[in-house]
Amino acid sequence: MDTLIAWILRAIPFGTIIMYGALGEIITEKSGNLNLGVPGIMYLGGFAGFASAYLYENSVAEPNMVFCVVLALFCAFVAAMFGGLIYSFLTISLRANQNVTGLALTTFGMGVANFFGVFILDGRTATQSLVYKTFQTKIPVLSGMGVIGQTVFGYGFMVYAAIVLAIILHHVLSHTRTGLNLRAIGENPATADAAGISVTRYKYLATCLGAGISGLGGLYYVLDYNQGIWATTGQIEALGWLAVALVIFTTWKPLNAIWGSYLFGMLYWLYQFLPTLIGFSVPGYITDLIQMVPYLVTIAVLIITSLRKKREDQPPASLGLAYFREER
Amino acid sequence: MTVSHEPLMRIVKRGESPFKLKLLVRLAAVLLALIVDALFIYFVTGLDPLAVYTTMFQGTFSTPMRFSWAMRDLASLLLIGIALAPAFKMRFWNIGAEGQVLMGALATAAVMVFYGGKVPNAILYAAMLVAAVFAGALWGFIPGWFKARLGTNETLFTLMMNYVAIQLVACCVNIWRGQASGLGKLNMKTKAGWFPQLFGQRYNINLMITVLLVVLMYCYLRYSKQGYEIAVVGESENTARYAGINVGKVIIRTMILSGALCGLTGFLIVGGRDQTISTTTAGGNGFTAIIVAWLAKFNTFYMALISFLLIFLEKGAGEIASAYNLNDFASDIIAGIILFFILGSEFFINYKPIFRTGRHETINKEVA
Repeated sequence: MDTLIAWILRAIPFGTIIMYGALGEIITEKSGNLNLGVPGIMYLGGFAGFASAYLYENSVAEPNMVFCVVLALFCAFVAAMFGGLIYSFLTISLRANQNVTGLALTTFGMGVANFFGVFILDGRTATQSLVYKTFQTKIPVLSGMGVIGQTVFGYGFMVYAAIVLAIILHHVLSHTRTGLNLRAIGENPATADAAGISVTRYKYLATCLGAGISGLGGLYYVLDYNQGIWATTGQIEALGWLAVALVIFTTWKPLNAIWGSYLFGMLYWLYQFLPTLIGFSVPGYITDLIQMVPYLVTIAVLIITSLRKKREDQPPASLGLAYFREER
Repeated sequence: MTVSHEPLMRIVKRGESPFKLKLLVRLAAVLLALIVDALFIYFVTGLDPLAVYTTMFQGTFSTPMRFSWAMRDLASLLLIGIALAPAFKMRFWNIGAEGQVLMGALATAAVMVFYGGKVPNAILYAAMLVAAVFAGALWGFIPGWFKARLGTNETLFTLMMNYVAIQLVACCVNIWRGQASGLGKLNMKTKAGWFPQLFGQRYNINLMITVLLVVLMYCYLRYSKQGYEIAVVGESENTARYAGINVGKVIIRTMILSGALCGLTGFLIVGGRDQTISTTTAGGNGFTAIIVAWLAKFNTFYMALISFLLIFLEKGAGEIASAYNLNDFASDIIAGIILFFILGSEFFINYKPIFRTGRHETINKEVA
């Protein structure tokens, strides 16, 4: 039982990182843009959030932590949107290839974050921003109420914000005209264009906002999940690709991202808790194989959706294609 | 009178652009990128960009050793680019080169571990090669088959296959290293399966195979029937089907070829370069090679040029890092900016912006 609780307490914060990444990417992909720059964008967001919080803390005698949180969120969102803007300009205005641009953005974002990160590290291997304590503040009273309180209310505010965001996105995509327009563009931009929808504007907005949301995943990773510690690692990159995988797993539906991301979190930490749970120790090489499970599950979902050919589970029809009005 | 509402700017697609224009646009893009990079270097670090670029030059050219290293890395990157070319020309987004290379490397390493010193060297090399090519081909075949039969999205499928391969490698490395902290070089004592030096250069075998494949792949794509089929499927699957091409067969065949060549690269990396294996054996080259293949428009000779540019940047950034106490992530930024500019410049090759001239209004007035 204790193991299970510990497992859940690990899985939900982990899931939250990739939930932000995936929610942002869902909006982006709904507009027909397959942005493989998610890892780079999460790097940009994570670093900008961390750097702003860290610099603010160290320049003010008595930092206001609430302000610090808002500042970090703002900077992460803006920096990630900047990454999305580069991608949008190249793929929407200049019609560059989406896959290649996304991969270049991943390289670029990772480079920017780690390059400037080294300046902040200033010779140390890792450094910490204390704002993580505010990020990790649990819901008072409720989180103290036994097992349920611990597992349901025992997280920082961004865990709940992610759920709210997923519900809002679901509502916008399924029940508003904006969402309908966006989906129309992702399915068939020429038809949407003919119906008088501004394809370019929607694509830009969706991609940039999506990037901003993905960037919050990076911020959450650094300032909450990783306890405010910045170190030069490739960890965020792997998380970014996992977020891309989660988008497929959810079949492009924000509500599925909620349970999907927690499931991914459980699967990701499976290797640590499964042995204790079933009661015998497992050699190291088996845990390597268990870590493969999230990716295998994603492949399975990919195959099953293409096998069932259910219309509502398919990727947006124009995903990955640039739109040029004068082309037939 | 009707007032025409012509937009300020509209764009039209060009036909085939003249070679001069292509060259000019690309040169301009690289030049602009270098200027932006110089500004970046100056404002962030306060260093003289020209001095920095000079230092960069030394990363590849200062000593024969450096040049040899640069050529070694160029061979790995370019080979993966060549392997990806047929798949990408077919518009099959094989993002899984990283995994296909790793599988080839893993198969090579496995043969080295299990048969090293037990069979004659010639047979060992042959077994390593066959195992690597087969493993890579398998990793390409799986997503290819699903794409051909079920239309499964190949971009995401191949991406996931990378991670499956990474975990497989991690698992095997874990087993083989036993109690040691790392795997170290395989067959350290017997050197079984290590490539011999050729003409006094350690990496000559890798380089020669790369050069050979540059030519072979160019001919395959340009002059063979299969290469033509790939081009037709890439342009339009419906056209291909109408012309009697078995699209599924072409997709599967091409992905086996692409995966097999990636596997071959894994074989060359393990046997001729690293003599060991880790999860970073492919080192991100599988992703970089996608950019190489795409920018070169599948022309293997351009690929060699672009690979060289990227390797030059990487080595140069490493040199800057040590000379100015920066870190080599600068190379990712510099390479990223250059890639953005080259990617953006394609627009000016494929499209022509036309600005509002006001001529239409006068025509309308005359009509009125």
